[in-house]
Amino acid sequence: MTLFKSTLALGVALATLCSAAFAQEGSITVYNAQHESLTQEWADAFSEETGIVVVIRNGGDLEMGNQLIQEGANSPADVFLTENSPAMVLVDNAKLFEPLPADILDQVPAQYRPEDGHWTGIAARSTVFAYNTDKLTADTLPKTMAELADPAWKGRWAASPNGADFQAIVAAYLALEGEEATAAWLKGMKDNVVPVRGNRAAMAAANTGEVDGALIYHYYWFGDQAGTKESSDKVALHYFGHQDPGAFVSISGGGVLASSKNKADALKFIKFVTGKDGQAVLRDGTSYEYTVGVDQAANAALKPLADLDAPAVDPTQLDNAKAAALMTAAGLL
Amino acid sequence: MSLATPSAGKAVRAKRAGAYWPMLAPAMFVSLLSLIPLGFIIWITLTSGWDTVSELVLRPKVGELLVNTLVLLALTLPISIVLSVSLAWLIERTNLPFAKLWSWLMVAPLAVPAFVHSYAWNSALPGFHGLIGAVTVSVLAYFPFLYLPVAAQLRRLDPTLEETAASLGKEPATIFWTVVLPQLRLAICGGTLLIGLHLLAEYGLFVLMRFDTFATAIVDQFQAVYNGPAANLLGGVLVLLCLLLLRLEVFVRGDERYARVGAGAARTARSWTLGALAWPATLLPLAVSLLALGVPVWTLGRWLISGGAAVWRLDGIGPALGQTAALALGGAVLTTLAAAPIAWLSIRAPSRLQRALEACHYYVGALPGVIVALALVTITVRVALPLYQTIAMLLLAYLLMFLPRALVGLRASIAQAPVELERAAASLGKPPLVAIWKTTVRLAAPGAAASAALVALGIANELTGTLMLAPNGTRTLAMRFWSYTAELNFAAAAPYAVLLIVLSLPLVLLLRLQADRDPQS
Repeated sequence: MTLFKSTLALGVALATLCSAAFAQEGSITVYNAQHESLTQEWADAFSEETGIVVVIRNGGDLEMGNQLIQEGANSPADVFLTENSPAMVLVDNAKLFEPLPADILDQVPAQYRPEDGHWTGIAARSTVFAYNTDKLTADTLPKTMAELADPAWKGRWAASPNGADFQAIVAAYLALEGEEATAAWLKGMKDNVVPVRGNRAAMAAANTGEVDGALIYHYYWFGDQAGTKESSDKVALHYFGHQDPGAFVSISGGGVLASSKNKADALKFIKFVTGKDGQAVLRDGTSYEYTVGVDQAANAALKPLADLDAPAVDPTQLDNAKAAALMTAAGLL
Repeated sequence: MSLATPSAGKAVRAKRAGAYWPMLAPAMFVSLLSLIPLGFIIWITLTSGWDTVSELVLRPKVGELLVNTLVLLALTLPISIVLSVSLAWLIERTNLPFAKLWSWLMVAPLAVPAFVHSYAWNSALPGFHGLIGAVTVSVLAYFPFLYLPVAAQLRRLDPTLEETAASLGKEPATIFWTVVLPQLRLAICGGTLLIGLHLLAEYGLFVLMRFDTFATAIVDQFQAVYNGPAANLLGGVLVLLCLLLLRLEVFVRGDERYARVGAGAARTARSWTLGALAWPATLLPLAVSLLALGVPVWTLGRWLISGGAAVWRLDGIGPALGQTAALALGGAVLTTLAAAPIAWLSIRAPSRLQRALEACHYYVGALPGVIVALALVTITVRVALPLYQTIAMLLLAYLLMFLPRALVGLRASIAQAPVELERAAASLGKPPLVAIWKTTVRLAAPGAAASAALVALGIANELTGTLMLAPNGTRTLAMRFWSYTAELNFAAAAPYAVLLIVLSLPLVLLLRLQADRDPQS
C-alpha cells in the first residue's frame, strides 16, 4: 500500500498548501468595486498602520451591490467600496448598512455623502469629453452632452455602456432631465456611439482617431499621461461645465455592512480611507481621483473640483435600475 | 474501448454487473453532480415563466448576439479547416524544407492562452478589432486543435488506397479529394467541434477584440445585476447552441468505416516532391508562425522591455503563482480521482448504464465555464450557503469543466493494463478495490499523471469560472493578468502572460505526443 500512502500524503500536502495559500486570520473582507490598484494602496497603508489584514474581493459596482443583497445577513463582507453612488443606494435601500458614527461622517463635507449617514463619499470623479486634438478644436467641441445625440455626431464618439461608470452618468442625466428626455437621448446615442468595453478603451479609440472623442471620467487621461501616454498622447480633456449633465461629478462610496462580524475594524478602515492618510493616497498616488475629505486638497495636476461648475445631483436620487432599463430598451445593453 | 473486452459477451457482462458496485456507485455520484448545470438551466427556464423568457430572450440584442455568434462560427471554422489541412498535408506528406521544425511550431500556439493572443494583437494594433479581428485571432489561437488530429491522421494513412486510385489512372488532385480527404473526416470533425465549443465559451479573447458573443453578454449581465434572470436565460440560449453543435458533429461525422481490412500493417506513406514549389510553399507555415507566435512573443518582449524590472512585483506574482499552483494541482488530483471509476467501467464493464453516465460528463464538459459557474453561484447562495465562496465549490466547478480531459488519458492507459492481473489478484483473495488498486492503478499511473497535467493546465488558464466562484482574496495568474489588461496596463500584465505561457508549454508536448499515439483523437 505504499502507493496508497504516498497518494494520501500528497493529498494532505495539497490540502495544507491550499489552506496556506488562502488562509486569512484577524482580517476584514472588503467587497471592492473601486479600482483594484487604488484599494490595494489603501489596504496596504491601513494594514501597515493597524496590523489588520485586508482581504479584497474585486468586482463591478452593481455586481457586488446585487451580490450583497443576495447574500443578505450571511454576507462574508465587512466593507463595501464603489466607484459610483448608485450601488451604495441599492444596498442602503435593502437596509444592509450600519449607520456611520459622527466622527467618520464629519471627515467628509455634507455634499459628498447621503443625508441618512449610512455610507459616506470616499472619492469623486468628473465626467469629461476626451477628444482627439487633430480632429476637434475649441469651436467644434460639443457644448452640451445632449448634442452628442444629434445625427451630426453619428459614429464620432465612443463610450463604455456596459460599465457602471457610464450607467451612473445616464442615471444623472435621468435625475436632471427626466425620463422622456433621457430615453430620447439614449436613442440618439444608440445611433451615434461606438460602443467599447472600458473607459480606457474608449479613450484609446479617440487617441487612434477611430472616433473624435469619448465620454468618460477624467482620471483615465491623467493616469495615462503619467505613464506611457500610449492611449492619450493625442487626446485632451474638455469639461462641459455650466451645470450641464455632462459635467456630472460622481461620488465613490464606502460603507460598513450591518451583518459584519468585525464592525470595529471595518469602521476603522472607513475612517482611515476618509481621513488624512487615506485621502493622501488619492492626492499623492496614481489614481488621480478627487479627494472629498474636509480640507484635503486634490492632486495638484487636476482642475479643482470647485471650478468644474458641476450640476447639483443628490447621490441618493440616482436611479440606476431605471437607467439600466432605459438603456436595455434602447438596445445599448 | 472495444479492444479491451474482445470476448466479453452480454451474458457474462450482465452476470458480473453486480460485482461492479464499488466503482458504479462513485461513478453515478459524479455523474449526478455533472447534471447540476444542465438541471439549473432547465429549472431557471421553467420557473421564470414565459413572459420573462419572451421579454429577456426575444429582443433585438439577443438577435445581434445570435448573428454575431453564427457569423463567427461560419467564418472561423471553414478557415481553420482549410488552413489546418493545407498545413498538415504540406508538412506530413511533402518534402517541405524544415518539416520537423514546422510540425512543432504549428502546435506551439496552444501554449499561448487565447486571451494572451488577443492581448498581443490588441496592444500591437489598437485599431484591429470587430468581426475581422475576432475571426483572425480565433483562427490563430485555435487552429492547432484541428492541425494536431489531421496531421496525426495523415501520418497514419494507409498508402495502398491512394496507390490503387493512382493505378486506376486518377489525377493526384482527384486522389486528394476522393481518397485522402474522406479519410480525414473523423479528425476534421473532432477538431472542428473542439474549436466550435471553445468559440462559444471564450470570454477574454472577444472582450479585447470588442466583439459581443453570448459568453461576453452573460458576463456583462452578471456584472450589472449578479445572477439575475437575464444572465441565466442567455445561458440557456448558449447551452442550446452547444447542444446543437454537438448534434451537428455527430450528424456530419457519420459512421463509415475507414480502417484497413485484412491482415498486415500499413506502410509509411510516400511523400510528394514539391520541386520548385518547395520554397514558396514554406511561406505558408512561416506566415502562420509569425502571426500566431511572432506577434505574442514580439509584443510581450516589447512590454517587458518598456516595463523593465518594475513590473516584476514579487508581492503580486508570488501569491498568484502559489494560488494558481495550489488550485491547479488540487483540482487536477480531484478531477482525475473522480474520473477514474467512469474510465475503469468504460473499459472493464461497458454497459448501457455506463454509456449513459459517460454521456453526462461529455455534455457538461462541452458547456462554457460561465454556465457552470452561474449554476454553482446561484445554487450555493440560495440553498447551500455554507458552501458559498469556498474552495470546495471552485474545485467542483473545475471538476465539472475538465472531467472529459481526464477521461481521455485515463481510458487509454487503463485499456493497456491487462485485466488478467486484476482477476489474478482477486482470485488470491483480495477485495475488488484492493485488487484493482494493486494492479491496474499502478500500471495506469503514468497515463493518469498525464491526464492530471492536462487538467491542471486547463485550470491554470481558466478565467470566467474562477472570477465568479473564487473565495475572497483569491488572485490567480489569469485573474491578475486580466485585471491589468482590462485597465490597458499592458506592461504590468506582461509578466503574468509570460508565466502562463511557461506553465502551458508542457501542454504542447503532451498533446503532441498524445495525438501521435492515440488513433481516436
